Amino acid sequence: MIEIEKLQKRFGRLEVLKSLDLSIPRGGIHAVLGPNGSGKTTLIKSILGMVVPDAGSIRIAGEPVVGEWKYRDNISYLPQIAHFPANLTVRELIRMIRDLRARPARDEALIRHFRIEPFLDKRLGHLSGGTRQKVNLVLAFMFEADLVLLDEPTSGLDPVSIVRLRELLAREREAGRTIIVTTHIMSLAEEIADEVIFVLEGRIHFQGTLTEIRNRTGQATLETAIAAILSEHQPSA
Amino acid sequence: MPSGALSAVVRCLHSSAWLLACACLLLPVHQAGAAQIRIDAPGGPAAVAEAIARAAPGDEILVPPRIFHEHDLLIDKPLTLTGSPGATIDGDNEGAILTIRADGVTVRGLTLRNVGVSYTKEHAAILLHRARHFRIENNRLENVFFGVHVEKSHHGLIADNDISSQAREEAYAGNGIHMWHCSNIEVRGNTLSGLRDGIYLEFVDDSLIHGNRSHDNLRYGLHFMFSNRDTYQHNEFTRNGAGVAVMFSRDLRMIENRFTHNWGSASYGLLLKEIYDAEVTGNRFEQNTIGINIDSATRIRYIGNVFHRNGWAVKVLGATYSNTFTENDFLANAFDLAYAGHLNDNRFSGNYWSAYSGYDLDRDGIGDVPFRPVKLFAYVVNRTPEALVLLRSLFIDLLNFSEKVSPVFTPDNLVDPQPRMRPLHD
Amino acid sequence: MILKVLKYSFHDLNRSRWSAVYLLFYLALGSGLLFLNNDLSRAVVTLLNVVIVLTPLIGTVLGITWFNNASEFTELLLAQPIRRTTIILGQYLGLSLALSFSLVVGLGLPFLAYGLIRSTAIFEFLLLLGVGVLLSFIFVGLAFAIALTHENRVKGFGYAILAWLFFAVLYDGLFLIALVSFSEYPLERFALIATFGNPIDLSRILILLKLDISALMGYTGAVFARFFGTPLGMTLSLTALLAWCALPLLHITWKLRRKDF
Repeated sequence: MIEIEKLQKRFGRLEVLKSLDLSIPRGGIHAVLGPNGSGKTTLIKSILGMVVPDAGSIRIAGEPVVGEWKYRDNISYLPQIAHFPANLTVRELIRMIRDLRARPARDEALIRHFRIEPFLDKRLGHLSGGTRQKVNLVLAFMFEADLVLLDEPTSGLDPVSIVRLRELLAREREAGRTIIVTTHIMSLAEEIADEVIFVLEGRIHFQGTLTEIRNRTGQATLETAIAAILSEHQPSA
Repeated sequence: MPSGALSAVVRCLHSSAWLLACACLLLPVHQAGAAQIRIDAPGGPAAVAEAIARAAPGDEILVPPRIFHEHDLLIDKPLTLTGSPGATIDGDNEGAILTIRADGVTVRGLTLRNVGVSYTKEHAAILLHRARHFRIENNRLENVFFGVHVEKSHHGLIADNDISSQAREEAYAGNGIHMWHCSNIEVRGNTLSGLRDGIYLEFVDDSLIHGNRSHDNLRYGLHFMFSNRDTYQHNEFTRNGAGVAVMFSRDLRMIENRFTHNWGSASYGLLLKEIYDAEVTGNRFEQNTIGINIDSATRIRYIGNVFHRNGWAVKVLGATYSNTFTENDFLANAFDLAYAGHLNDNRFSGNYWSAYSGYDLDRDGIGDVPFRPVKLFAYVVNRTPEALVLLRSLFIDLLNFSEKVSPVFTPDNLVDPQPRMRPLHD
Repeated sequence: MILKVLKYSFHDLNRSRWSAVYLLFYLALGSGLLFLNNDLSRAVVTLLNVVIVLTPLIGTVLGITWFNNASEFTELLLAQPIRRTTIILGQYLGLSLALSFSLVVGLGLPFLAYGLIRSTAIFEFLLLLGVGVLLSFIFVGLAFAIALTHENRVKGFGYAILAWLFFAVLYDGLFLIALVSFSEYPLERFALIATFGNPIDLSRILILLKLDISALMGYTGAVFARFFGTPLGMTLSLTALLAWCALPLLHITWKLRRKDF
């Protein structure tokens, strides 16, 4: 589904992606893990086209996408921090995005799923962080795109909503979508991910199933497995 | 004797001379034994020249409504030449039409057209030479070189004539009414257009120019040279190369004239050059590049004039002494006043300036802070005319404002200490 | 698609107080001027100063502020299948049109009520509005270009204000210094070219030649009037103003190719 070759990106003096290679097959949930500043968000934004890489190539479904824009029609994105125009109401925002995408959408069902009916006529600037994240989720899932990019989807969510998100993710996987999730909640990754991608200092340090990572590190949980990889590479930290 | 009293005496003499002139004008026409000669009447003359030859002094010649092709006609005895409506003498561009070398001649109601252009001779529709007590009235002079040319003549009237031409270049054009070495002439109610100068006076004294309309002339609407004690009043000068030029003259009165739309490179409503003791009162200067262009003028009083939407209302060059400006309205001019050179005892007082932004706390109609009519930008433009492209830009406004707050360049004594809060005229 | 972006930008602006305040300001200004002046053509002269200074200032300030405030909206749109240039140009058009709308309606209404149609000043007034609209577009574009170039918002705001100050004041100061220091040389051609280097100067001259042409006709003015007075000159100067609109846009599209959000 996604082929990334020698992807490089630096912001000023900071080299964020150092010739990163990555291939993600179609279907399933792929959890991108890594410490803060490891390049997860930059990777996601590069796939989406918000960040322009300095070098390297990105292909989605075989097509090069750097500098293109039409391919985003088949991508849904959930940003890490949900910034919305503060003047709009939730209903207006959803209507606007529907209008812009001009694709069949299932916003009704998602609104019910995340229980945000009471907030539909509230201005986005007046919503709590959790509610805003739920709106964010509705926007990300309403178009049934083949590729879904979720950047820290659980941030600000209450436990009940996290459960609902999990249910939703499971259903989406059944539907055959490719879902890429960055998270640092290991339990979530452990529970839902088909594959784990570990990013550190702009490179992929591990890619494989949960079983594979446990076997390789000899650890019982994902958390300890990750910790083991980290200490391998930062012995003096 | 103070100069004010002297000029009052001069004015007195001046007006009594007028009365005398008018009395004399009436005399020759009513001489005993005067006969009427009708051209084209049975047994009468068939041409104007023949009629003049047959006429006795004091006779009246009646010109019927048809076109006569004649030129270089000479009148050397007192006669009256009266045209019926449509009576036309066509000079066929062959030199002058009518030359008058006698006193007491009247020419009225004629149309004279097509005067020959010459580079050496000043051909005119009507030339008066050493003539007294003449009247040139209600004539129509078309396509002329010079219109009425008056030399060394005195006590005459030129009234209600319509003089026009199609002059394109100054060198090939003559003046509408051209006077040289004359005195006591009244020029009234004429319309002049398409000429070099509408009215030209050289060495002409004690004369009155009033109620004329001079427009679309190549050079000046009215032009004085070396002429003294003259008055021009209630005239209109529109769209001329420049409105009125007054040069090397003294004791002139310029009253209630209108100077409008005289614009173009270096154009102006009124030029004063080498002038002494004149009065400029109640005139209206509207939309001229320069309202009054003053180049060396002494003891001039400017009272109750209106300057509206001119580039420069008043522009002063060179030595200008003891000029006073009172009760004038300066309305929406790009520059109210520009000075080149030094200031010499000129006074501004009690004028209205639309650019004034002071206050009147004691409510006596006079602003409590003085007005400085010369803007810093006006100085800059004097030095560098190209700087005009920055007119009305924010930078220039700031420049003028800072100069107003703390004057460095504009002289301290150039102020109107009593600026009015409201205009005096509408 | 650009129309949709434009629509939502315009919508968002109309909801914020800015454009309403701006509209009310022009309404008050127009009515106040006419009330005080009682004379349409003289009110146009006064308006000239206001329009050529204020529309660029408002365009710059609102351009940079709104670009920064709309970053959420921009981010949201960037994730959608929309070309980057479409997003930014849509917002640019939305803001420019909103400002132009305020200008035209705010000044137009009082002048219409005052009998503009029958006035001789109608051509000058329309020219003034046209120039105001072009200046709004130019300076919103400049502000956007500066905002895109400078990640730091405070710095960006500073540079935008500097840009306005440069065109509104400093440029003319340098222009004047150049004219005065080289006054022994023929300067008409230089002055003409320098005028084209600043959209505010160009706008001012265009209107001035219609308003108090007599003052300018004097010396240099003859050259200017001969140039701007002809259909060719008029076309050239309007083309130059349009080029001034295009210049920041070219910079924006070039910047957008490498910009990270």
